[in-house]
Amino acid sequence: MLRDITLGQYYQTESVIHRLDPRVKLAGTLLFIISLFFFRNFLGYMIAASFLFLVIRLSHVPFRFMVKGMRAVLFLLLLTVVFNLFLTPGEALVSVWKLTITKEGLRTAVTMAVRLAMLVVGSSVMTLTTTPNNLTDGMEKGLRPLKLFRVPVHEVAMMMSIALRFIPILMEETDKIMKAQIARGADFESGNLIRRAKALVPLMVPLFISAFRRANDLAMAMEARCYRGGDGRTKMKPLIYRSRDRIAYLCILVYLVAGIWLGRLELPVAG
Amino acid sequence: MSIILDHVNYIYGADTPLAVKALDDICLQIPDGQFIGIIGHTGSGKSTLVQHLNGLLKATSGSIYFNGEDIYDRDYDRKKLRGKVGLVFQYPEHQLFEIDVFTDVCFGPKNLGLDKKEVELRAYDALRKVGLPDELFYQSPFELSGGQKRRAAIAGVLAMKPEVLVLDEPTAGLDPRGREEILHQIKELQTGTGMTVILVSHSMEDVAEYVDRIIVMNKGRILYDNVPKEVFRHCAELEEVGLAPPQVTYILHELRRRGLDVDTDATTVEEAAEAVVKAMAKR
Ligand SMILES: Nc1ncnc2c1ncn2[C@@H]1O[C@H](COP(=O)(O)OP(=O)(O)OP(=O)(O)O)[C@@H](O)[C@H]1O
Ligand SMILES: [Mg+2]
Repeated sequence: MLRDITLGQYYQTESVIHRLDPRVKLAGTLLFIISLFFFRNFLGYMIAASFLFLVIRLSHVPFRFMVKGMRAVLFLLLLTVVFNLFLTPGEALVSVWKLTITKEGLRTAVTMAVRLAMLVVGSSVMTLTTTPNNLTDGMEKGLRPLKLFRVPVHEVAMMMSIALRFIPILMEETDKIMKAQIARGADFESGNLIRRAKALVPLMVPLFISAFRRANDLAMAMEARCYRGGDGRTKMKPLIYRSRDRIAYLCILVYLVAGIWLGRLELPVAG
Repeated sequence: MSIILDHVNYIYGADTPLAVKALDDICLQIPDGQFIGIIGHTGSGKSTLVQHLNGLLKATSGSIYFNGEDIYDRDYDRKKLRGKVGLVFQYPEHQLFEIDVFTDVCFGPKNLGLDKKEVELRAYDALRKVGLPDELFYQSPFELSGGQKRRAAIAGVLAMKPEVLVLDEPTAGLDPRGREEILHQIKELQTGTGMTVILVSHSMEDVAEYVDRIIVMNKGRILYDNVPKEVFRHCAELEEVGLAPPQVTYILHELRRRGLDVDTDATTVEEAAEAVVKAMAKR
Protein backbone atom coordinates (compact mmCIF):
# COMPACT_ATOMS: atom_id res chain seq x y z
CA MET A 1 0.00 0.00 0.00
CA LEU A 2 2.47 2.58 1.19
CA ARG A 3 5.50 0.91 -0.16
CA ASP A 4 5.98 2.89 -3.36
CA ILE A 5 7.65 5.96 -1.92
CA THR A 6 11.23 5.90 -3.21
CA LEU A 7 12.59 9.14 -1.84
CA GLY A 8 14.71 8.03 1.06
CA GLN A 9 14.78 4.37 0.17
CA TYR A 10 18.01 2.57 -0.43
CA TYR A 11 18.35 0.16 -3.34
CA GLN A 12 20.82 -2.57 -2.45
CA THR A 13 23.21 -3.47 -5.25
CA GLU A 14 26.88 -3.36 -6.17
CA SER A 15 28.15 -0.36 -8.17
CA VAL A 16 30.77 2.39 -8.31
CA ILE A 17 28.19 4.97 -7.35
CA HIS A 18 27.20 2.96 -4.29
CA ARG A 19 30.80 2.82 -3.13
CA LEU A 20 31.51 6.54 -3.50
CA ASP A 21 32.06 8.58 -0.39
CA PRO A 22 28.72 10.06 0.69
CA ARG A 23 30.27 13.54 0.74
CA VAL A 24 30.97 13.27 -2.97
CA LYS A 25 27.37 12.29 -3.64
CA LEU A 26 26.00 15.04 -1.45
CA ALA A 27 28.13 17.72 -3.03
CA GLY A 28 27.51 16.31 -6.48
CA THR A 29 23.74 16.30 -6.04
CA LEU A 30 23.73 19.82 -4.66
CA LEU A 31 25.90 21.14 -7.49
CA PHE A 32 23.81 19.28 -10.05
CA ILE A 33 20.62 20.84 -8.74
CA ILE A 34 22.15 24.30 -8.69
CA SER A 35 23.47 23.85 -12.21
CA LEU A 36 19.93 23.24 -13.44
CA PHE A 37 19.08 26.87 -12.71
CA PHE A 38 21.96 28.31 -14.71
CA PHE A 39 21.08 27.02 -18.13
CA ARG A 40 19.75 29.38 -20.73
CA ASN A 41 19.38 27.03 -23.69
CA PHE A 42 18.31 23.49 -24.39
CA LEU A 43 21.90 22.37 -24.86
CA GLY A 44 22.49 22.78 -21.13
CA TYR A 45 19.55 20.55 -20.31
CA MET A 46 20.77 18.00 -22.82
CA ILE A 47 24.14 17.89 -21.11
CA ALA A 48 22.52 17.62 -17.68
CA ALA A 49 20.24 14.82 -18.88
CA SER A 50 23.14 12.89 -20.39
CA PHE A 51 25.18 13.30 -17.23
CA LEU A 52 22.25 12.08 -15.13
CA PHE A 53 21.64 9.18 -17.50
CA LEU A 54 25.28 8.16 -17.30
CA VAL A 55 25.24 8.21 -13.51
CA ILE A 56 22.03 6.16 -13.42
CA ARG A 57 23.55 3.57 -15.73
CA LEU A 58 26.65 3.39 -13.56
CA SER A 59 24.55 2.96 -10.42
CA HIS A 60 22.93 -0.29 -11.66
CA VAL A 61 19.61 0.84 -10.19
CA PRO A 62 16.73 0.02 -12.56
CA PHE A 63 15.34 3.15 -14.17
CA ARG A 64 11.87 2.36 -12.93
CA PHE A 65 12.92 3.07 -9.34
CA MET A 66 14.09 6.55 -10.29
CA VAL A 67 10.81 7.38 -11.91
CA LYS A 68 8.86 6.05 -8.93
CA GLY A 69 9.95 9.08 -6.91
CA MET A 70 8.37 11.23 -9.60
CA ARG A 71 4.92 9.95 -8.75
CA ALA A 72 5.01 11.78 -5.44
CA VAL A 73 5.61 15.15 -7.10
CA LEU A 74 3.50 14.56 -10.18
CA PHE A 75 0.71 16.76 -8.90
CA LEU A 76 3.10 19.60 -8.16
CA LEU A 77 4.62 19.17 -11.58
CA LEU A 78 1.28 19.36 -13.35
CA LEU A 79 0.24 22.38 -11.33
CA THR A 80 3.43 24.20 -12.23
CA VAL A 81 3.02 23.38 -15.89
CA VAL A 82 -0.62 24.46 -16.01
CA PHE A 83 -0.08 27.74 -14.19
CA ASN A 84 2.93 28.67 -16.26
CA LEU A 85 1.26 27.63 -19.46
CA PHE A 86 -1.84 29.77 -19.06
CA LEU A 87 -0.82 32.64 -16.84
CA THR A 88 2.36 33.91 -18.46
CA PRO A 89 1.74 37.10 -20.44
CA GLY A 90 3.35 37.39 -23.87
CA GLU A 91 2.92 36.55 -27.51
CA ALA A 92 -0.21 34.41 -28.00
CA LEU A 93 0.29 31.00 -29.54
CA VAL A 94 -3.08 29.28 -29.18
CA SER A 95 -6.26 30.75 -27.75
CA VAL A 96 -9.23 28.69 -26.59
CA TRP A 97 -12.17 30.46 -24.91
CA LYS A 98 -10.60 32.67 -22.21
CA LEU A 99 -7.40 30.69 -21.98
CA THR A 100 -4.36 31.69 -23.94
CA ILE A 101 -1.13 29.81 -24.31
CA THR A 102 1.74 32.14 -24.94
CA LYS A 103 5.08 31.41 -26.43
CA GLU A 104 6.81 32.55 -23.25
CA GLY A 105 4.40 30.49 -21.17
CA LEU A 106 5.14 27.37 -23.14
CA ARG A 107 8.83 27.95 -22.74
CA THR A 108 8.69 28.48 -18.96
CA ALA A 109 6.34 25.55 -18.50
CA VAL A 110 8.63 23.17 -20.33
CA THR A 111 11.73 24.50 -18.55
CA MET A 112 10.12 24.21 -15.15
CA ALA A 113 8.89 20.70 -15.81
CA VAL A 114 12.28 19.55 -17.01
CA ARG A 115 14.04 21.18 -14.06
CA LEU A 116 11.69 19.71 -11.51
CA ALA A 117 11.86 16.24 -13.04
CA MET A 118 15.65 16.24 -13.11
CA LEU A 119 15.79 17.63 -9.62
CA VAL A 120 13.71 14.78 -8.26
CA VAL A 121 15.47 12.09 -10.24
CA GLY A 122 18.85 13.57 -9.33
CA SER A 123 18.17 13.46 -5.62
CA SER A 124 16.62 10.00 -5.96
CA VAL A 125 19.94 8.78 -7.37
CA MET A 126 21.64 9.92 -4.21
CA THR A 127 19.14 8.37 -1.79
CA LEU A 128 18.87 5.15 -3.77
CA THR A 129 22.61 4.56 -3.77
CA THR A 130 23.46 5.73 -0.26
CA THR A 131 22.25 4.19 2.98
CA PRO A 132 20.66 6.75 5.29
CA ASN A 133 23.38 6.14 7.85
CA ASN A 134 26.07 6.82 5.31
CA LEU A 135 24.26 9.94 4.22
CA THR A 136 24.12 11.46 7.66
CA ASP A 137 27.74 10.46 8.29
CA GLY A 138 28.65 12.36 5.17
CA MET A 139 26.56 15.31 6.23
CA GLU A 140 28.11 15.35 9.67
CA LYS A 141 31.62 15.32 8.34
CA GLY A 142 30.91 17.69 5.48
CA LEU A 143 29.29 20.24 7.74
CA ARG A 144 31.93 20.04 10.44
CA PRO A 145 33.27 23.54 9.74
CA LEU A 146 29.94 24.90 10.98
CA LYS A 147 30.92 23.79 14.47
CA LEU A 148 32.98 26.95 14.66
CA PHE A 149 29.71 28.86 14.65
CA ARG A 150 28.35 26.67 17.46
CA VAL A 151 26.03 24.69 15.21
CA PRO A 152 25.45 21.31 16.93
CA VAL A 153 26.39 19.35 13.81
CA HIS A 154 26.62 15.95 15.46
CA GLU A 155 23.27 16.26 17.20
CA VAL A 156 21.52 17.40 14.05
CA ALA A 157 23.06 14.54 12.09
CA MET A 158 22.03 12.07 14.78
CA MET A 159 18.48 13.38 14.75
CA MET A 160 18.35 13.06 11.01
CA SER A 161 19.67 9.53 10.98
CA ILE A 162 17.16 8.50 13.61
CA ALA A 163 14.35 10.15 11.68
CA LEU A 164 15.45 8.37 8.51
CA ARG A 165 15.76 5.09 10.34
CA PHE A 166 12.22 5.45 11.58
CA ILE A 167 10.65 5.98 8.18
CA PRO A 168 10.55 2.30 7.17
CA ILE A 169 9.57 1.26 10.69
CA LEU A 170 6.68 3.67 10.80
CA MET A 171 5.67 2.71 7.30
CA GLU A 172 5.53 -0.93 8.29
CA GLU A 173 3.59 0.03 11.40
CA THR A 174 1.13 2.06 9.34
CA ASP A 175 0.65 -0.90 7.06
CA LYS A 176 0.00 -3.19 9.99
CA ILE A 177 -2.46 -0.90 11.76
CA MET A 178 -4.23 -0.16 8.51
CA LYS A 179 -4.68 -3.87 7.89
CA ALA A 180 -5.90 -4.44 11.44
CA GLN A 181 -8.53 -1.70 11.08
CA ILE A 182 -9.58 -2.90 7.64
CA ALA A 183 -10.09 -6.31 9.22
CA ARG A 184 -12.50 -4.55 11.58
CA GLY A 185 -14.38 -3.13 8.63
CA ALA A 186 -12.68 0.29 8.40
CA ASP A 187 -12.83 1.88 4.98
CA PHE A 188 -9.98 4.17 3.97
CA GLU A 189 -10.76 4.40 0.31
CA SER A 190 -14.30 5.60 -0.29
CA GLY A 191 -16.43 8.56 0.68
CA ASN A 192 -15.88 12.29 0.39
CA LEU A 193 -12.96 14.25 1.81
CA ILE A 194 -14.44 14.72 5.28
CA ARG A 195 -15.36 11.07 5.65
CA ARG A 196 -11.90 10.05 4.55
CA ALA A 197 -10.25 12.41 6.99
CA LYS A 198 -12.43 10.98 9.74
CA ALA A 199 -11.51 7.45 8.68
CA LEU A 200 -7.88 8.30 9.42
CA VAL A 201 -8.48 8.65 13.16
CA PRO A 202 -8.32 4.87 13.82
CA LEU A 203 -5.02 4.88 11.94
CA MET A 204 -3.39 8.02 13.32
CA VAL A 205 -4.09 7.51 17.02
CA PRO A 206 -2.41 4.09 17.28
CA LEU A 207 0.37 5.28 14.98
CA PHE A 208 1.22 8.26 17.18
CA ILE A 209 1.08 6.16 20.30
CA SER A 210 3.42 3.64 18.77
CA ALA A 211 5.79 6.37 17.55
CA PHE A 212 6.01 7.86 21.04
CA ARG A 213 6.52 4.47 22.58
CA ARG A 214 9.32 3.70 20.14
CA ALA A 215 10.97 7.07 20.66
CA ASN A 216 10.86 6.53 24.39
CA ASP A 217 12.33 3.04 24.11
CA LEU A 218 15.09 4.28 21.85
CA ALA A 219 16.04 7.13 24.17
CA MET A 220 16.18 4.67 27.03
CA ALA A 221 18.30 2.21 25.06
CA MET A 222 20.72 4.96 24.05
CA GLU A 223 21.11 6.14 27.59
CA ALA A 224 21.63 2.59 28.80
CA ARG A 225 24.54 2.42 26.36
CA CYS A 226 25.99 5.65 27.76
CA TYR A 227 25.32 7.85 24.75
CA ARG A 228 26.08 11.48 25.56
CA GLY A 229 26.46 13.38 22.33
CA GLY A 230 29.27 13.85 19.86
CA ASP A 231 32.22 15.04 21.96
CA GLY A 232 35.10 12.62 21.80
CA ARG A 233 33.10 10.10 19.83
CA THR A 234 35.00 8.04 17.27
CA LYS A 235 33.66 6.29 14.20
CA MET A 236 33.65 2.62 13.42
CA LYS A 237 34.05 3.38 9.73
CA PRO A 238 35.65 6.80 9.35
CA LEU A 239 35.10 8.49 6.00
CA ILE A 240 38.29 8.76 3.97
CA TYR A 241 38.57 10.01 0.40
CA ARG A 242 39.95 7.46 -2.05
CA SER A 243 41.10 7.83 -5.61
CA ARG A 244 37.65 7.02 -7.00
CA ASP A 245 36.23 9.90 -4.97
CA ARG A 246 38.79 12.30 -6.42
CA ILE A 247 37.97 11.08 -9.92
CA ALA A 248 34.27 11.61 -9.18
CA TYR A 249 34.92 15.19 -8.04
CA LEU A 250 36.81 15.76 -11.27
CA CYS A 251 33.90 14.42 -13.32
CA ILE A 252 31.49 16.71 -11.52
CA LEU A 253 33.77 19.66 -12.15
CA VAL A 254 34.06 18.83 -15.84
CA TYR A 255 30.29 18.54 -16.06
CA LEU A 256 29.78 21.88 -14.31
CA VAL A 257 32.25 23.77 -16.48
CA ALA A 258 31.01 22.23 -19.71
CA GLY A 259 27.36 22.47 -18.78
CA ILE A 260 27.38 26.03 -17.58
CA TRP A 261 29.64 27.29 -20.34
CA LEU A 262 27.65 25.64 -23.16
CA GLY A 263 24.33 26.04 -21.39
CA ARG A 264 24.62 29.80 -21.19
CA LEU A 265 25.56 30.44 -24.81
CA GLU A 266 23.11 32.55 -26.79
CA LEU A 267 21.94 30.02 -29.33
CA PRO A 268 19.84 31.07 -32.32
CA VAL A 269 16.95 28.81 -31.17
CA ALA A 270 16.84 29.42 -27.45
CA GLY A 271 15.00 26.74 -25.48
CA MET B 1 -19.79 -24.20 4.02
CA SER B 2 -16.03 -23.93 4.23
CA ILE B 3 -12.89 -22.14 3.19
CA ILE B 4 -10.84 -23.73 0.43
CA LEU B 5 -7.37 -22.61 -0.60
CA ASP B 6 -6.28 -23.88 -3.97
CA HIS B 7 -2.58 -23.75 -4.83
CA VAL B 8 -2.07 -20.37 -3.21
CA ASN B 9 1.30 -18.65 -3.64
CA TYR B 10 2.32 -15.32 -2.21
CA ILE B 11 5.45 -13.30 -2.84
CA TYR B 12 6.28 -10.14 -0.88
CA GLY B 13 7.82 -7.40 -2.99
CA ALA B 14 7.41 -9.33 -6.23
CA ASP B 15 9.70 -8.01 -8.98
CA THR B 16 12.02 -6.18 -6.62
CA PRO B 17 15.43 -7.50 -5.58
CA LEU B 18 13.99 -8.12 -2.10
CA ALA B 19 11.31 -10.57 -3.21
CA VAL B 20 10.42 -13.12 -0.53
CA LYS B 21 8.34 -16.17 -1.27
CA ALA B 22 6.18 -16.32 1.84
CA LEU B 23 3.62 -18.91 0.73
CA ASP B 24 4.44 -21.80 -1.54
CA ASP B 25 1.66 -23.81 -3.11
CA ILE B 26 -0.75 -23.92 -0.17
CA CYS B 27 -3.77 -26.22 -0.51
CA LEU B 28 -6.15 -26.31 2.42
CA GLN B 29 -9.71 -27.11 3.26
CA ILE B 30 -11.24 -25.65 6.39
CA PRO B 31 -14.65 -27.11 7.22
CA ASP B 32 -17.15 -25.42 9.52
CA GLY B 33 -16.85 -25.66 13.27
CA GLN B 34 -13.30 -26.96 13.46
CA PHE B 35 -10.73 -25.67 15.92
CA ILE B 36 -7.50 -25.50 13.96
CA GLY B 37 -4.00 -24.68 15.13
CA ILE B 38 -1.40 -23.31 12.74
CA ILE B 39 2.12 -23.63 14.03
CA GLY B 40 5.50 -22.89 12.56
CA HIS B 41 8.81 -21.29 13.31
CA THR B 42 9.26 -17.51 13.07
CA GLY B 43 8.99 -16.42 9.45
CA SER B 44 7.34 -19.62 8.25
CA GLY B 45 4.44 -17.68 6.73
CA LYS B 46 1.71 -18.13 9.33
CA SER B 47 0.67 -14.49 9.47
CA THR B 48 0.84 -14.22 5.72
CA LEU B 49 -1.42 -17.24 5.37
CA VAL B 50 -4.12 -15.99 7.71
CA GLN B 51 -4.19 -12.58 6.06
CA HIS B 52 -5.32 -14.33 2.92
CA LEU B 53 -8.35 -15.81 4.62
CA ASN B 54 -10.19 -12.48 4.82
CA GLY B 55 -8.82 -11.06 1.60
CA LEU B 56 -6.37 -8.57 3.14
CA LEU B 57 -3.60 -9.96 1.00
CA LYS B 58 -4.26 -11.07 -2.54
CA ALA B 59 -2.53 -14.27 -3.54
CA THR B 60 0.11 -13.87 -6.24
CA SER B 61 -1.42 -16.96 -7.81
CA GLY B 62 -4.04 -19.54 -6.85
CA SER B 63 -7.59 -19.08 -5.62
CA ILE B 64 -9.54 -19.00 -2.40
CA TYR B 65 -13.19 -20.00 -2.03
CA PHE B 66 -15.34 -18.94 0.88
CA ASN B 67 -18.59 -20.89 1.08
CA GLY B 68 -18.15 -21.90 -2.52
CA GLU B 69 -17.57 -18.40 -3.90
CA ASP B 70 -14.26 -17.23 -5.33
CA ILE B 71 -13.21 -14.28 -3.17
CA TYR B 72 -11.09 -12.83 -5.97
CA ASP B 73 -14.10 -12.52 -8.28
CA ARG B 74 -14.50 -8.95 -9.40
CA ASP B 75 -18.00 -8.58 -7.99
CA TYR B 76 -17.31 -10.43 -4.75
CA ASP B 77 -17.96 -8.21 -1.72
CA ARG B 78 -14.70 -8.42 0.16
CA LYS B 79 -15.86 -5.93 2.77
CA LYS B 80 -18.58 -8.35 3.78
CA LEU B 81 -16.04 -11.16 3.86
CA ARG B 82 -14.10 -9.24 6.50
CA GLY B 83 -17.17 -9.32 8.70
CA LYS B 84 -17.48 -13.05 8.23
CA VAL B 85 -13.85 -13.95 8.74
CA GLY B 86 -12.77 -12.03 11.83
CA LEU B 87 -9.01 -11.61 12.02
CA VAL B 88 -7.28 -10.69 15.27
CA PHE B 89 -3.75 -9.55 14.51
CA GLN B 90 -0.53 -10.25 16.33
CA TYR B 91 -0.36 -7.70 19.17
CA PRO B 92 -3.92 -6.53 18.54
CA GLU B 93 -3.74 -4.02 21.40
CA HIS B 94 -1.85 -1.75 19.00
CA GLN B 95 -5.07 -1.12 17.11
CA LEU B 96 -7.04 0.35 20.03
CA PHE B 97 -7.80 4.02 19.53
CA GLU B 98 -11.12 5.10 21.05
CA ILE B 99 -11.66 7.02 24.26
CA ASP B 100 -13.08 4.04 26.09
CA VAL B 101 -13.07 0.29 25.68
CA PHE B 102 -16.75 0.01 24.88
CA THR B 103 -16.64 2.56 22.04
CA ASP B 104 -13.60 0.82 20.65
CA VAL B 105 -15.35 -2.52 20.53
CA CYS B 106 -18.30 -0.81 18.80
CA PHE B 107 -16.03 0.19 15.90
CA GLY B 108 -16.25 -3.17 14.13
CA PRO B 109 -20.03 -3.73 14.21
CA LYS B 110 -20.63 -0.04 13.42
CA ASN B 111 -18.62 -0.47 10.24
CA LEU B 112 -20.94 -3.31 9.28
CA GLY B 113 -23.73 -0.73 9.08
CA LEU B 114 -25.83 -2.09 11.95
CA ASP B 115 -28.13 0.18 13.94
CA LYS B 116 -26.95 1.65 17.21
CA LYS B 117 -28.83 -0.69 19.48
CA GLU B 118 -27.59 -3.82 17.77
CA VAL B 119 -24.05 -2.45 17.77
CA GLU B 120 -24.11 -1.85 21.51
CA LEU B 121 -25.69 -5.17 22.20
CA ARG B 122 -23.00 -6.96 20.27
CA ALA B 123 -20.20 -4.97 21.88
CA TYR B 124 -21.53 -5.75 25.33
CA ASP B 125 -21.92 -9.40 24.47
CA ALA B 126 -18.40 -9.64 23.04
CA LEU B 127 -16.83 -7.96 26.06
CA ARG B 128 -18.68 -10.40 28.28
CA LYS B 129 -17.46 -13.35 26.25
CA VAL B 130 -13.80 -12.43 26.55
CA GLY B 131 -14.21 -12.10 30.28
CA LEU B 132 -13.45 -8.43 30.75
CA PRO B 133 -14.96 -7.16 34.02
CA ASP B 134 -17.79 -4.62 33.67
CA GLU B 135 -16.03 -1.84 35.55
CA LEU B 136 -13.40 -1.62 32.82
CA PHE B 137 -15.87 -1.00 29.99
CA TYR B 138 -15.71 2.76 30.25
CA GLN B 139 -12.02 3.12 30.94
CA SER B 140 -9.53 4.33 28.40
CA PRO B 141 -8.12 1.30 26.57
CA PHE B 142 -4.64 2.68 27.19
CA GLU B 143 -5.01 2.33 30.94
CA LEU B 144 -5.60 -1.41 30.83
CA SER B 145 -2.99 -4.06 31.50
CA GLY B 146 -1.47 -5.99 28.62
CA GLY B 147 -3.78 -8.96 29.01
CA GLN B 148 -6.85 -6.78 29.39
CA LYS B 149 -5.95 -4.82 26.28
CA ARG B 150 -5.57 -8.09 24.43
CA ARG B 151 -9.06 -9.13 25.52
CA ALA B 152 -10.54 -5.79 24.52
CA ALA B 153 -8.96 -6.11 21.09
CA ILE B 154 -10.26 -9.64 20.64
CA ALA B 155 -13.72 -8.45 21.67
CA GLY B 156 -13.44 -5.78 18.96
CA VAL B 157 -13.32 -8.50 16.33
CA LEU B 158 -15.73 -10.83 18.10
CA ALA B 159 -18.38 -8.10 18.14
CA MET B 160 -18.62 -8.41 14.37
CA LYS B 161 -20.00 -11.92 14.95
CA PRO B 162 -17.73 -13.63 12.44
CA GLU B 163 -18.38 -17.16 11.20
CA VAL B 164 -14.68 -17.84 11.30
CA LEU B 165 -12.43 -16.39 13.98
CA VAL B 166 -8.73 -16.22 13.20
CA LEU B 167 -6.33 -15.34 16.00
CA ASP B 168 -2.69 -14.60 15.20
CA GLU B 169 -0.67 -15.49 18.30
CA PRO B 170 -3.28 -14.30 20.78
CA THR B 171 -1.08 -15.23 23.71
CA ALA B 172 2.26 -13.71 22.63
CA GLY B 173 3.85 -11.79 25.48
CA LEU B 174 1.40 -12.90 28.17
CA ASP B 175 2.26 -14.71 31.38
CA PRO B 176 1.34 -18.44 31.64
CA ARG B 177 -1.82 -17.72 33.60
CA GLY B 178 -3.09 -15.07 31.17
CA ARG B 179 -2.24 -17.42 28.33
CA GLU B 180 -4.19 -20.25 29.85
CA GLU B 181 -7.19 -18.02 30.53
CA ILE B 182 -7.40 -16.59 27.05
CA LEU B 183 -7.01 -19.96 25.37
CA HIS B 184 -9.60 -21.43 27.65
CA GLN B 185 -12.07 -18.70 26.82
CA ILE B 186 -11.47 -19.16 23.12
CA LYS B 187 -12.13 -22.87 23.45
CA GLU B 188 -15.34 -22.19 25.34
CA LEU B 189 -16.41 -19.73 22.70
CA GLN B 190 -15.79 -22.29 20.01
CA THR B 191 -17.72 -25.09 21.66
CA GLY B 192 -20.48 -22.68 22.69
CA THR B 193 -21.13 -21.07 19.34
CA GLY B 194 -19.86 -23.70 16.90
CA MET B 195 -17.71 -21.04 15.30
CA THR B 196 -14.68 -22.11 13.25
CA VAL B 197 -11.55 -20.99 15.09
CA ILE B 198 -8.07 -20.81 13.64
CA LEU B 199 -5.32 -20.25 16.15
CA VAL B 200 -1.81 -19.28 15.11
CA SER B 201 0.96 -20.03 17.54
CA HIS B 202 4.51 -21.23 17.72
CA SER B 203 4.03 -23.09 20.93
CA MET B 204 2.92 -26.68 20.56
CA GLU B 205 1.99 -26.78 24.20
CA ASP B 206 -0.60 -24.06 23.73
CA VAL B 207 -2.14 -25.63 20.73
CA ALA B 208 -2.07 -29.33 21.61
CA GLU B 209 -4.54 -29.04 24.42
CA TYR B 210 -7.30 -27.28 22.54
CA VAL B 211 -7.32 -27.94 18.83
CA ASP B 212 -8.84 -30.67 16.65
CA ARG B 213 -6.30 -30.34 13.91
CA ILE B 214 -2.79 -28.98 13.53
CA ILE B 215 -1.25 -27.45 10.43
CA VAL B 216 2.52 -27.21 10.62
CA MET B 217 4.12 -24.60 8.38
CA ASN B 218 7.73 -24.52 7.33
CA LYS B 219 9.28 -22.02 4.92
CA GLY B 220 5.94 -21.14 3.38
CA ARG B 221 4.85 -24.73 2.86
CA ILE B 222 2.54 -27.03 4.76
CA LEU B 223 4.63 -29.70 6.38
CA TYR B 224 1.93 -31.62 8.25
CA ASP B 225 -1.81 -31.27 8.39
CA ASN B 226 -3.39 -33.75 10.75
CA VAL B 227 -4.83 -34.41 14.20
CA PRO B 228 -2.38 -33.52 17.03
CA LYS B 229 -1.56 -37.14 17.85
CA GLU B 230 -0.40 -37.90 14.32
CA VAL B 231 1.57 -34.68 14.01
CA PHE B 232 3.47 -35.24 17.25
CA ARG B 233 4.60 -38.66 16.08
CA HIS B 234 7.08 -36.79 13.88
CA CYS B 235 9.14 -35.72 16.84
CA ALA B 236 12.50 -35.53 15.09
CA GLU B 237 11.17 -33.78 11.99
CA LEU B 238 9.44 -31.17 14.12
CA GLU B 239 12.62 -30.43 15.98
CA GLU B 240 14.41 -30.05 12.70
CA VAL B 241 12.14 -27.17 11.68
CA GLY B 242 12.59 -25.43 15.01
CA LEU B 243 9.50 -26.68 16.81
CA ALA B 244 9.21 -28.77 19.92
CA PRO B 245 6.39 -31.21 20.62
CA PRO B 246 4.78 -30.82 24.06
CA GLN B 247 6.99 -31.82 26.95
CA VAL B 248 4.75 -34.75 27.88
CA THR B 249 5.45 -36.29 24.49
CA TYR B 250 9.15 -36.27 25.32
CA ILE B 251 8.57 -37.84 28.70
CA LEU B 252 6.42 -40.60 27.25
CA HIS B 253 8.98 -41.36 24.56
CA GLU B 254 11.72 -41.50 27.19
CA LEU B 255 9.63 -43.81 29.39
CA ARG B 256 9.10 -46.09 26.47
CA ARG B 257 12.78 -46.11 25.66
CA ARG B 258 13.47 -47.15 29.22
CA GLY B 259 11.19 -50.13 28.88
CA LEU B 260 7.76 -48.99 30.09
CA ASP B 261 5.16 -50.11 27.56
CA VAL B 262 3.33 -46.79 27.44
CA ASP B 263 1.14 -45.33 24.72
CA THR B 264 3.12 -42.35 23.40
CA ASP B 265 0.22 -40.67 21.59
CA ALA B 266 -0.93 -38.56 24.52
CA THR B 267 -0.64 -34.83 23.88
CA THR B 268 -1.87 -33.30 27.12
CA VAL B 269 -0.80 -33.82 30.70
CA GLU B 270 -4.10 -35.50 31.64
CA GLU B 271 -3.90 -37.97 28.77
CA ALA B 272 -0.30 -38.71 29.58
CA ALA B 273 -1.14 -39.41 33.20
CA GLU B 274 -3.85 -41.81 32.10
CA ALA B 275 -1.47 -43.57 29.72
CA VAL B 276 1.15 -43.98 32.43
CA VAL B 277 -1.41 -45.34 34.88
CA LYS B 278 -2.59 -47.80 32.28
CA ALA B 279 0.96 -48.94 31.50
CA MET B 280 1.74 -49.39 35.18
CA ALA B 281 -1.41 -51.47 35.66
CA LYS B 282 -0.33 -53.77 32.86
CA ARG B 283 2.89 -54.62 34.63
N1 LIG C 1 5.48 -6.80 4.88
C1 LIG C 1 6.42 -7.64 4.48
N2 LIG C 1 7.28 -7.31 3.48
C2 LIG C 1 8.24 -8.16 3.07
N3 LIG C 1 8.41 -9.38 3.56
C3 LIG C 1 7.60 -9.78 4.55
C4 LIG C 1 6.56 -8.93 5.06
N4 LIG C 1 5.91 -9.60 6.03
C5 LIG C 1 6.50 -10.79 6.12
N5 LIG C 1 7.52 -10.91 5.24
C6 LIG C 1 8.37 -12.10 5.06
O1 LIG C 1 7.55 -13.21 4.76
C7 LIG C 1 7.94 -14.37 5.46
C8 LIG C 1 6.78 -14.90 6.28
O2 LIG C 1 6.42 -13.95 7.26
P1 LIG C 1 5.22 -14.12 8.27
O3 LIG C 1 5.02 -12.83 8.96
O4 LIG C 1 4.06 -14.70 7.55
O5 LIG C 1 5.83 -15.19 9.28
P2 LIG C 1 5.20 -15.76 10.62
O6 LIG C 1 5.16 -17.24 10.44
O7 LIG C 1 3.95 -15.07 10.97
O8 LIG C 1 6.33 -15.42 11.69
P3 LIG C 1 6.18 -14.99 13.25
O9 LIG C 1 6.02 -16.25 14.02
O10 LIG C 1 7.49 -14.33 13.54
O11 LIG C 1 5.02 -14.05 13.34
C9 LIG C 1 9.14 -13.95 6.31
O12 LIG C 1 10.30 -14.41 5.65
C10 LIG C 1 9.11 -12.45 6.34
O13 LIG C 1 10.42 -11.93 6.33
MG1 LIG D 1 3.32 -13.79 12.49
